[in-house]
Amino acid sequence: MIKNKRAMADLNINIGDLQLKNPVMTASGTFGYGVEFADFMDISQIGGIIVKGTTRYHREGNPYPRMAETTSGMLNAVGLQNKGVEYFVEHIYPEIKNIQTNMIVNVSGSAVEDYVETAARINELENIPAIELNISCPNVKQGGMAFGVSACGAEEVVAAVRKVYHKTLIVKLSPNVTDITEIARAAESAGADSVSLINTLLAMSIDAERRKPLLSTVTGGMSGPAVKPIALRMVWQVAKAVKIPVIGLGGIMNGRDAIEFLLAGASAIQIGTANFIDPAICEKVIKEIDEYLTRHHYSSVRDIIGALEV
Amino acid sequence: MRLENDNKTSDMKKYILDLKVTEKLTPHANYVLLKLTDPNAPLPKMGPGQFAELRVDGSKTTFLRRPISINKIDYARNEIWLLIQFVGDGTRALGNIQVGDIINCVLPLGNTFTTDFSEVNDPKSSQDLSLLLVGGGVGIAPMLYLGTVLKEAGYKPVFLLGARSASDILELDEFAALGEVFTTTEDASHGEKGFVTQHSILEKRSFDRVFCCGPKPMMQAVARFAATKNIPCEVSLENKMACGVGACLCCVEDTKEGHKCVCSEGPVFLSADLKW
Repeated sequence: MIKNKRAMADLNINIGDLQLKNPVMTASGTFGYGVEFADFMDISQIGGIIVKGTTRYHREGNPYPRMAETTSGMLNAVGLQNKGVEYFVEHIYPEIKNIQTNMIVNVSGSAVEDYVETAARINELENIPAIELNISCPNVKQGGMAFGVSACGAEEVVAAVRKVYHKTLIVKLSPNVTDITEIARAAESAGADSVSLINTLLAMSIDAERRKPLLSTVTGGMSGPAVKPIALRMVWQVAKAVKIPVIGLGGIMNGRDAIEFLLAGASAIQIGTANFIDPAICEKVIKEIDEYLTRHHYSSVRDIIGALEV
Repeated sequence: MRLENDNKTSDMKKYILDLKVTEKLTPHANYVLLKLTDPNAPLPKMGPGQFAELRVDGSKTTFLRRPISINKIDYARNEIWLLIQFVGDGTRALGNIQVGDIINCVLPLGNTFTTDFSEVNDPKSSQDLSLLLVGGGVGIAPMLYLGTVLKEAGYKPVFLLGARSASDILELDEFAALGEVFTTTEDASHGEKGFVTQHSILEKRSFDRVFCCGPKPMMQAVARFAATKNIPCEVSLENKMACGVGACLCCVEDTKEGHKCVCSEGPVFLSADLKW
């Protein structure tokens, strides 16, 4: 719980029509449906909870092993395991719809019509104020990353979803591209309300003793503090390239990391892998952002967005 | 299908606790036994088969927590025992911890072995059920706590412990205090020679339930034995984990109902539900 509420700086942030009580969100695939973490903190304190990747149909995900640890980070190859959007609507939505914060669904797919069908179904859910369109999963064949690595691919899928989705549309970008600003601009011109970045970096891990890859899929997505400098660079570049708000993520482990992303131009941040190390990390980051603002005499978090002095 | 005991874990609240090491024992060159306490509060309720995720401080190559099975809980002393086998940098770093140090633990995680058979539809009264607990390697750890709980509930657990050699059989005195103990070693230095599934007790006696934790080939062999005798068998699986609470979906096992998380839907599974 956050104490001394009256002393807090103004942490409110808007992303499109989405109103966040603070700029801290959880990254898809790292926080389940939120309820898994309810024993550790009051999850309604979090600005937004982005639930795990949801697809049109049930997906079993990739075979085991799906995870490899690396210095200051990890690789995963989960492969969008989920029970499909109908299961979400019928069984999971009723369990999470009354959580008193923004519950946001990450929508994934492998064809434009999959994205469209899933987004249209989620659009009907009153208590889901936004979706995050995952056009950047590196772990499935045609796992959306095909759309996320070219400007015309991104534009096509975002434009199609925009036609059926009428609430806040966030597009999650892949770092596995030559020029991420080009993709960000394509998403913006196709009607995205916001872009979030970065998804995981395509990476690889080898067991030398066994002469085998550590992941069943050989390559996987890398996350954790090891990727933070890359994420910061990309957020900084994208924030200068688009007018829509940017949501920054990639290796945020504490409030100071979060502040760095805000200074680089992010309007909000997501916490991902850090949830595995400290399941109560989100409330600590919120508190630390507030402490930073107070210490530097800012009355609102909005004052430091893009305030990097170059 | 859910495990028959699944409902018992769902109401067990999880905690993030700074536990203090009160005793450190080295029963073997590759193991450390840490006894920890919560200096500030009574330890929460935990069941046999559940585990803790330990934050590893002081190892540059270790990023994630390490899942460690609960070896024993002594509520009277407010003490939890964790038996740790040195596998890699993370577990070795945990082995460097000293008495008085703090370990940040998330616990209790996962489901539990079945310890209440009152609903068993069996001509025997449930207290007379013959329960076999099989452990190998670091897999003996949850068997000690399971045996403790079963004995307190009035059962007479029978233990079958397997190891390479006599010096690899850990906590023998602890097990002996709970019930009959049978052993196998590969070099015949303790008990019968061979693997646990070759022990004569399996043919001499009949068992109503089997519980097993150990290396996967051992658990698979025990599960095959149980299947041929038509005995329900619960196995506790090991897996590389990240979150420990069913959020990241990294630690899946292939079951007859698809991928299930070892951390949250296990670690205890009915062997008949697995695709072994």
